[in-house]
Amino acid sequence: MTAIQEQRRSEVAAPARTTPRKAKREWAGWQFTAPFAAVFVLVFIAPLGYALYLSLFQNKLIGGNAFVGLDNYVHALSDPQFWDGFGRVLLFLVVQVPIMLILALVAALAIDGARLYASGLFRMVIFLPYAVPAVVAVLLWGFMYGNNFGLTANINHFLGSEVLQPLSGQWILASIGNIVTWEYVGYNMLIFYSALKTIPAELYEAAEIDGAGRFQVIRAIKLPAARGAIAIATIFSIIGSFQLFNEPNVLKPLANNAISSYFTPNLYAYNLSFAGQQFNYAATIAIVMGVITAVIAYVVQLRGTRKEDR
Amino acid sequence: MTTTLRTISPKARISPKARKAYSFARPRKSIALTIVMLVFLVYALVPLVWLVINAGKTQSDLFGTFGLSFGSRFALWDNIVETFTYKDGIFVRWLGNTLLYVAAGAGGATLLATLAGYGLAKYKFPGKKAYFAVVLGAVAVPGTALAVPTFLLFSQMGLTNTPWSIIIPSLITPFGLYLIWVYTIDSVPTELLEAARLDGASELRTFFTISLKLLTPGVVTVALFSIVATWNNYFLPLIMLSDPTWYPLTVGLNQWSAQAGGVGAQPIYNLVITGSLITIIPIVLVFLFLQRFWQSGLSAGSVKQ
Repeated sequence: MTAIQEQRRSEVAAPARTTPRKAKREWAGWQFTAPFAAVFVLVFIAPLGYALYLSLFQNKLIGGNAFVGLDNYVHALSDPQFWDGFGRVLLFLVVQVPIMLILALVAALAIDGARLYASGLFRMVIFLPYAVPAVVAVLLWGFMYGNNFGLTANINHFLGSEVLQPLSGQWILASIGNIVTWEYVGYNMLIFYSALKTIPAELYEAAEIDGAGRFQVIRAIKLPAARGAIAIATIFSIIGSFQLFNEPNVLKPLANNAISSYFTPNLYAYNLSFAGQQFNYAATIAIVMGVITAVIAYVVQLRGTRKEDR
Repeated sequence: MTTTLRTISPKARISPKARKAYSFARPRKSIALTIVMLVFLVYALVPLVWLVINAGKTQSDLFGTFGLSFGSRFALWDNIVETFTYKDGIFVRWLGNTLLYVAAGAGGATLLATLAGYGLAKYKFPGKKAYFAVVLGAVAVPGTALAVPTFLLFSQMGLTNTPWSIIIPSLITPFGLYLIWVYTIDSVPTELLEAARLDGASELRTFFTISLKLLTPGVVTVALFSIVATWNNYFLPLIMLSDPTWYPLTVGLNQWSAQAGGVGAQPIYNLVITGSLITIIPIVLVFLFLQRFWQSGLSAGSVKQ
């Protein structure tokens, strides 16, 4: 460090100081970025490369580890258990994500619109569940869903029927959707709210002069301003849905019959590796899901930005 | 959209006069809207209220009384003592582990993301474009694709079942890097750095004495989200650790829950519930106390998409 300083000080006196100094500064950026890069390679690039490597091999009873080319991928693409889980997260994505994001957007507009009493309290409390660890959130809801001492048991008892069965095979996905919505609606609300807060007051003044109504302001000013935030929130929610794991995994002991070992692709990959020791195939499933997720996230991002340009 | 927003002078945004003149900004409060939003509030609160109430119940009251009413005996203190002393105080060990993972993992993640985001925003260097593209591309890579190979890689390096297997992967937050990058561009003027350079300060010294102060809200935001991510981490420790003495709270609690529900189980539901309450209190407090910082940090991040 001192050596560099010394050198720089002498450079100031030197006549042709610009070129060597510039060169020095060019590498100064790496002082800041190298530590991140080093760890990044270890926990992102290396495992990714290793996963690709694994997916091209198979551990056979005879002959041990053998190169099989794309066999694992062919197997994955025709594996009904994989597609069953995939279909489930896709359904989850198509239903839960819009519901959650619309609720979050409505809440953000309501809190931003200044017509609410105690809006700060609403903002804080609705956000609160995000701070609750997923495991605790699922345990909580799981207990409340449960027949032992849950709220649904209380309600069923009160009604004298067995109508509510949130942990049955028929309802389990909706029950998980409710937990995920509870956890993340406030987080998304806050992202939208932050975007709405950056709208300059001049735009509202102009709208008022033009005689725009409250809903016209929402449609013409607020929603376009939040578009970037909506695109980001959508991408994160898509990634989250495809990765669905914590909720079904923690809920499984409470609803063993309703949640299979391949309930979601992520759960499938986990069970393949840690219950079945099929590491090569698990890596293949993970890569296939990764590619699908990345492609969809990329398409959404493209659409989001194209609309912005208009 | 971003460009239009950014060309407007920042003063316009906060001009109180402009805000006051605008009637949309100060409309009459709506009782109907407030009531609708109260439904939201109740939805967010019911599970937490349920948790607080039931943490005060004995095992028999859990099964015998209505979920949202208090039990026949207020047993919160007994439950807390039992949670902390059950099985020679394994819960205390888990709490300590969690604190270790948070301090090292989230602390390190914040430091690395801040340095790198700042470096990318303020310096030109060879390989910068590729660096940026690769790191931001990584955001789209699902953790799923990495978890199993990371486990296998770490097990070959002999790192599984040690704290390192949790701390090292926690050190990377591409989202944090992105946030600091945005925040640096907005709030650290290049002229200031030039001035410091003319005074002969080294680049790192300039960073620590000048830039870091300007970046505080952004850094707090990244720190907070890293703390939440590490405190709440479940998948990674579940895979990496088989020895319960290294468990964080999340995995430990889930083990207790599975133990309570299994065949021929010890019914320790009261411990699972009280333990859950103890697990969320610190993280909720951190959020509430640092509210002012992270909300401004988050809005800076959301302007530019």
